[in-house]
Amino acid sequence: MKKPLTRDLRRCLGATSVLSELGDLRVYDCDGLTIEKRLPDAVVFPATTEQVAEVVRICSRHDAPIVARGAGTSLAGGCLPIGGGVVVMLTRMKRIIEVNVADRMALVEAGVLNLQLARALTGTGLHFAPDPSSQIACTIGGNVATNAGGPHTLKYGVTLNHVLGVEAVLGDGTVMQLGPLGDRAALDLTGVLVGSEGTLAIVTRVWIRLTPNPQDYRTLRVTFDSLDDASNAISDVIASGIVPAAMELMDQGILAAVDEAFQFGFPADAEAVVVIELDGPSVGLDEQRDRITEICNRHQAREILQASDAQQRALLWKCRKMAVGAVGRLSPSYCIQDGVVPRTKLPHIIRRITEISAKYSIRIVNVAHAGDGNIHPILLFDERDADQVQRALAAGKELLEDCIRCGGSVTAEHGIGIEKISLMESLFAPYDLKMMEKVRDAFNPGGGLGLGKVLPSPHAPTLLHAAVSIGDV
Amino acid sequence: MNSESLPITSDRNGRTTLQAAVRPELFLECVHCGLCTSSCPTFTELGDENVGPRGRIYLMRMITDGTLDALPTVRHHLDLCLDCRACESACPSGVHYGRIIEPFRLAMEEEKHRGIAGWDWFRTFVLFGLFPYAGRIRLAMKPVRLMQRLGLYDRFERLGLFKLIPGRLGQMATLVNPPVDQGPKLPSFLPAIGRRRARVAFFVGCVADAMFRHTHWATLRVLQQNGCDILLPEGQGCCGAIHFHAGSNSGARRLANTNVDAFRLDEIDAIIVNHAGCGAMLKEYGLHWQDDRRAQRQEFSEKVRDINEFLDQLGPVAPTGEIRAVVAYHDACHLRHGQQVIDPPRKLMELIPGLELRDLPESEVCCGSAGTYNLNQPEMADRLICRKVENIVSTGAQIVLASNAGCLLQIGREIRRQRLPIAVLHPMDLLDLSYRGEQPELPGHNGR
Ligand SMILES: Cc1cc2nc3c(=O)[nH]c(=O)nc-3n(C[C@H](O)[C@H](O)[C@H](O)COP(=O)(O)OP(=O)(O)OC[C@H]3O[C@@H](n4cnc5c(N)ncnc54)[C@H](O)[C@@H]3O)c2cc1C
Ligand code: SF4
Ligand code: SF4
Repeated sequence: MKKPLTRDLRRCLGATSVLSELGDLRVYDCDGLTIEKRLPDAVVFPATTEQVAEVVRICSRHDAPIVARGAGTSLAGGCLPIGGGVVVMLTRMKRIIEVNVADRMALVEAGVLNLQLARALTGTGLHFAPDPSSQIACTIGGNVATNAGGPHTLKYGVTLNHVLGVEAVLGDGTVMQLGPLGDRAALDLTGVLVGSEGTLAIVTRVWIRLTPNPQDYRTLRVTFDSLDDASNAISDVIASGIVPAAMELMDQGILAAVDEAFQFGFPADAEAVVVIELDGPSVGLDEQRDRITEICNRHQAREILQASDAQQRALLWKCRKMAVGAVGRLSPSYCIQDGVVPRTKLPHIIRRITEISAKYSIRIVNVAHAGDGNIHPILLFDERDADQVQRALAAGKELLEDCIRCGGSVTAEHGIGIEKISLMESLFAPYDLKMMEKVRDAFNPGGGLGLGKVLPSPHAPTLLHAAVSIGDV
Repeated sequence: MNSESLPITSDRNGRTTLQAAVRPELFLECVHCGLCTSSCPTFTELGDENVGPRGRIYLMRMITDGTLDALPTVRHHLDLCLDCRACESACPSGVHYGRIIEPFRLAMEEEKHRGIAGWDWFRTFVLFGLFPYAGRIRLAMKPVRLMQRLGLYDRFERLGLFKLIPGRLGQMATLVNPPVDQGPKLPSFLPAIGRRRARVAFFVGCVADAMFRHTHWATLRVLQQNGCDILLPEGQGCCGAIHFHAGSNSGARRLANTNVDAFRLDEIDAIIVNHAGCGAMLKEYGLHWQDDRRAQRQEFSEKVRDINEFLDQLGPVAPTGEIRAVVAYHDACHLRHGQQVIDPPRKLMELIPGLELRDLPESEVCCGSAGTYNLNQPEMADRLICRKVENIVSTGAQIVLASNAGCLLQIGREIRRQRLPIAVLHPMDLLDLSYRGEQPELPGHNGR
């Protein structure tokens, strides 16, 4: 069965766009999540939407599952080729087709990099607002599929708020075009596709809403002696009614790694640094900054610095965005959680993280899109030590249980993928899940696209930490 | 994580084996996040994880673990790596990619060339027989130089007749830069002009001496202008990078030791090198081999400075000669990624009155030269140089600058091929002209 599949794929795409030898397939057995591995039968590199559609038709003829893959930075195992089948790489579809400054729109192919688009927009006075930390590598298609967010999500919203329409190939090979402006009156199908993690369709083109660059910025770096003070200050800023563009927390552990990487000069003995950015019309920014300064001082801020120019601001953001990656300097393995709590519960959950870390003797460092209540505790361990792995998993479980107990959730932006399927039944009522299945079956009738992802099914792999059961909390 | 040294493990016959080539801890630094992929020229061109840094690390790790055989396709993916280290600059985890790929490829090469079946005339005679010796290179270039003098070279190049010369030799012939007055043989000492601020030794090298002696002269004059006494020690030779990267570990070590013997470190403040490829190699002498001379090589390495880096640290004497030209600066990989020297050459160029330095898009992406890469992987090298020249043209520059022999040759060839009115120079060429109050020769609009 496999031979004819690759033969048909080669006939359609040409030999140089199909990989099917063992030596070529191994690197596609996982993405940013490495604890599960599955080997695909083939990897293809289509260059056009029509080729993507043809590949989908060939696969459905051969009953082969399909998984779309952009840059493979998923932290949730979204690119895992469950059941083998075909990995569809979007990396050769990376044309920026149109930038329409007047209408503030852009049309790009799915494989365009987030950063590539940002560079292309320099000088237009416009930008694509979602700025995930993986920005330098991840694709727009991947951003759409995972509904990616970033530090500036606090003010500007997630990817969904910046997509006007998509062209996508459905599970039966049909090419569907939604938007960019035509379907306002009808059902918002674009909204259904964004965040569907490749389980409804393969996105081939995206109409992007461009956002005007703010006239001015005030970027503050606030240092706190105690983590507790930092989280209380964040909570109070939100309560004051000011909406910063971003408010990011980094704790002592992560600061050490970042400083080693970029020599930014963070004070080594401070427990937390909060990066707060205000943006918008120049008028009023200073006043808001002063109010924030006052709140931070009330919470014993040790030092408040303001980036004096664009270069300083860029470096500060680089440090923040590279923080997760820099964790590799602290430990051979890590597991990054993606929890959400109501913003008022931030001080509580941060305290709980410290307790849990001590309880399991597992080092935990923190970055957080604090303004959103989106925490990323990063559990450090050595994968070669089975006991440590077990303790890390148990600590992670207790942490997520706490998020839910606070009235929060277990993912804000990294997606469900395979990593969090086991939590779906706790988060959603059976009826909700049924509805989602019906939607999936409508777009993706055979279920071949993104097989075993997001929704519970017999195909979903049982992960080690699928042991996390939160039904009883 | 301690990874300062790189022991190359050998089997009983003293040969490096593939599975033992890389210390396993080095792999653990990589957390598989994928943030490096977009910095990689070969991944960007082909979009295949196999030819991106994360994929290559994964492949080498699996071979080391014994979970994947070193299949021909896998070897090909690793061969296609430029060793440009862009991924190292991009990686937030601080993965030492060079320390993984280099010993690994060395082991691959050694394995390949074991026994008669793997014997390669090009490698034996050309790479190892020719390159380390400036004199022999100059001799070998004689036919090409003669053709250039007779005006035949241009016609040959235009008609693509160099293609008739077999493979890599033909590639090499087209790389030869047009003849310029190279200046006389280099002396053994040059005194500082004005107040003496430093005493340095100059590293001469092989290709650099044979093809860019005029740039050596320019560099020496710039050093003099900046108050440096310059020693040019006898007995120094090729840096060994070509041997090292083509898989002759022992040859490279021999050359390294020769150089270490040639320089008297206590007499000098720094060893100056003006080509990035050599500089990166010299700075890594202390890293590559574990034997009783390691400490000596390490001391040598610590004294090595790229010329741009050195002048920037010394505080350059401002040049006064005005040069009205638009220039673009290309980052040689071995300077930007290998040595993390990024701003100094730009700052130096900004000192030249009248010069307009424009941003070169993708300046940090490899031009495809990468040592002898353009000889071994011409197809990928071609893709990369076309991309590079397209970017250069987009800036409207009249002069493109690069601080490395390989880049100068590679970019120069493509610019000749496309008959573009752009001069290709080393930053020191330009700085020297400004000190001397002279103008660069800018090509006219009919190409040349
Ligand atoms: C260090 C690091 C930091 C990160 N920081 C953030 C962050 O701040 N915010 C955030 O939101 N995420 C973050 N992520 C997660 C990840 O980068 C994002 O989810 C990103 O959007 C994925 O893009 P990608 O191109 O890598 O997609 P991939 O990893 O290739 O794919 C992700 C999922 O989308 C599907 N998919 C990809 N392309 C398509 C397509 N064209 N059509 C249909 N489905 C498709 C895949 O099947 C998979 O399920 C981070 C990851 C890392 C490694
Ligand atoms: S080399 Fe660095 S950037 Fe690349 S995948 Fe590994 S850790 Fe990430
Ligand atoms: S050294 Fe250059 S070519 Fe090789 S993997 Fe790194 S970025 Fe890619």
